[in-house]
Amino acid sequence: MKELTLETLIAVFQEMFGAGLFWALVAAALLITAGWIYVLFRDRSLGMRQFLIAQLFMPLGAVLAVWFVMAMTDSRLSDIGGPVDLIVVLGIAGLGAVGGAILVYTTERLFFRKATPPA
Amino acid sequence: MPGQFETSRRSFLGLLAAGGGAAALQVPQAQAQMRATHARIVIIGAGAAGTALANRLVRRLEGAQITIIDPRVEHHYQPGLSLVAAGLKPARYVVSQTSDWLPDGVSLRAERVVAVDPVAQSVTTDAGAQLDYDFLVVAPGLILDHDAIDGFSLDMVGQNGIGALYGGPQCAARTWDAAARFVEEGGRAVFTRPATEMKCAGAPLKHSFLIDDLLRRAGNRGAAELAYIVPQTSLFGVPIVSEKVRMLFDDRGVNSIFQRTLTSVDADRKIATFRDQDGGLHDEAYDYLHVIPPQRAPDFVVQSGLSWADRWTDQGWVACDPATLRHNSYPNIWALGDVAGVPKGKTAASVKWQVPVVEDHLIAAIDGREGTATYDGYTSCPLITRIGRAMLVEFDYHNNLVPSFPGMIAPLEELWISWLMKEVALKATYNAMLRGMA
Repeated sequence: MKELTLETLIAVFQEMFGAGLFWALVAAALLITAGWIYVLFRDRSLGMRQFLIAQLFMPLGAVLAVWFVMAMTDSRLSDIGGPVDLIVVLGIAGLGAVGGAILVYTTERLFFRKATPPA
Repeated sequence: MPGQFETSRRSFLGLLAAGGGAAALQVPQAQAQMRATHARIVIIGAGAAGTALANRLVRRLEGAQITIIDPRVEHHYQPGLSLVAAGLKPARYVVSQTSDWLPDGVSLRAERVVAVDPVAQSVTTDAGAQLDYDFLVVAPGLILDHDAIDGFSLDMVGQNGIGALYGGPQCAARTWDAAARFVEEGGRAVFTRPATEMKCAGAPLKHSFLIDDLLRRAGNRGAAELAYIVPQTSLFGVPIVSEKVRMLFDDRGVNSIFQRTLTSVDADRKIATFRDQDGGLHDEAYDYLHVIPPQRAPDFVVQSGLSWADRWTDQGWVACDPATLRHNSYPNIWALGDVAGVPKGKTAASVKWQVPVVEDHLIAAIDGREGTATYDGYTSCPLITRIGRAMLVEFDYHNNLVPSFPGMIAPLEELWISWLMKEVALKATYNAMLRGMA
């Protein structure tokens, strides 16, 4: 292609996950991000206890993200064949870890704030 | 275009590799200025090439009368056939409707072209219609000449260990029926390719590699023998790729036999007969046979005098300049896609790079000037070497490797990222190409 457009990239990801799942994932990501921004502004501080728990969930997020992509693409970890593959896997794991941490932190602050007040 | 996100094949794949980077994206900028014209443009064929060109032309021409002629109701995403034939995708994965991809402002005639008169500038269809044109693009694809193999017909596919994934979505699915039984039972598999030019020369290799991998996954590789028996003298047209494939075949235990052309199939006895270069016949027993028939241009191309007179005389590809795809004798005719008589690349990747060249020259011709775009034979083949890995082989007319990411995605390395491109990114890119967006 001569130009990369947002439309093309969206088309690629729709193809990858199917339109329904793709847009559900986009909606979930937007909702979680919005919730995270909301609690940050609302509380005007980082709840360190929740932040710590969220960090503990990062490995789980990383593993789930890699598992998801592998399952979606008929792949296995043994298919990693070179440095670039490792970079892709680490990138996916990193996104999963950060996404998982944001999800856990936001959930805690939104729904369990009274039980675990900020430090 | 200044500020635009350029060389996007590279950028696109790079973004895929990085798994993100949406910030680097831009919404497409306004299209180039429309040209007012009353030109009558006829495109023969609504496959990948004809459809992509039609979509691009309607964005650049105002008032042009664009007619696209193709009797096929279904559009087939052919790069997906090798995945269907390995049980990785269902047949519907490759099927859509021809009309789904065509823009408003293009008239589709569901007819078959029977003749072109390049002097009188008209096209005749099987419905008896005669269409006059100012500019003609010949993109009907090619003919799979199954009848050229004695004893073989497409209705045999899926039974008695016979596969033929080129035959279309249903044939590819039935190929998997036969291949799946072979994977369970083992035995001897024979993979073939024709002596003629062919679509995607990587496909027979991919099929062999996938069957090998499926046997290993089933724990049955020890019960199977794989033989790759072909008329050529090497495994791939690009020498450096051929050497790599030779090493991989050695590693996987696939035997290669060269300079033998499949001539007949005896399905009852499960014997395939091959002719060697001296005319000698050799019987090969098989439990699974993958057939790829000889391929040639549609009859009307030859009969209308559009073919090369001194090259591929048995196949009839359109005589055109390899760099501009313009017909050698008729400057208002271009060839696109499989039917083009150029040294390499009967693939969708070739089409992606050919279409903008023909678009440029066609619009230049409407303006009364010469176009400047050229095509150097770029094509790419995500050569699957097992489920989950492929080599992203990109090359040109000169057998040069032209990797999009030198130093990052090695063309001759079996990589997961190259598999991801084949399995998930390619169809979306193809669809974007059909819509003239890529």
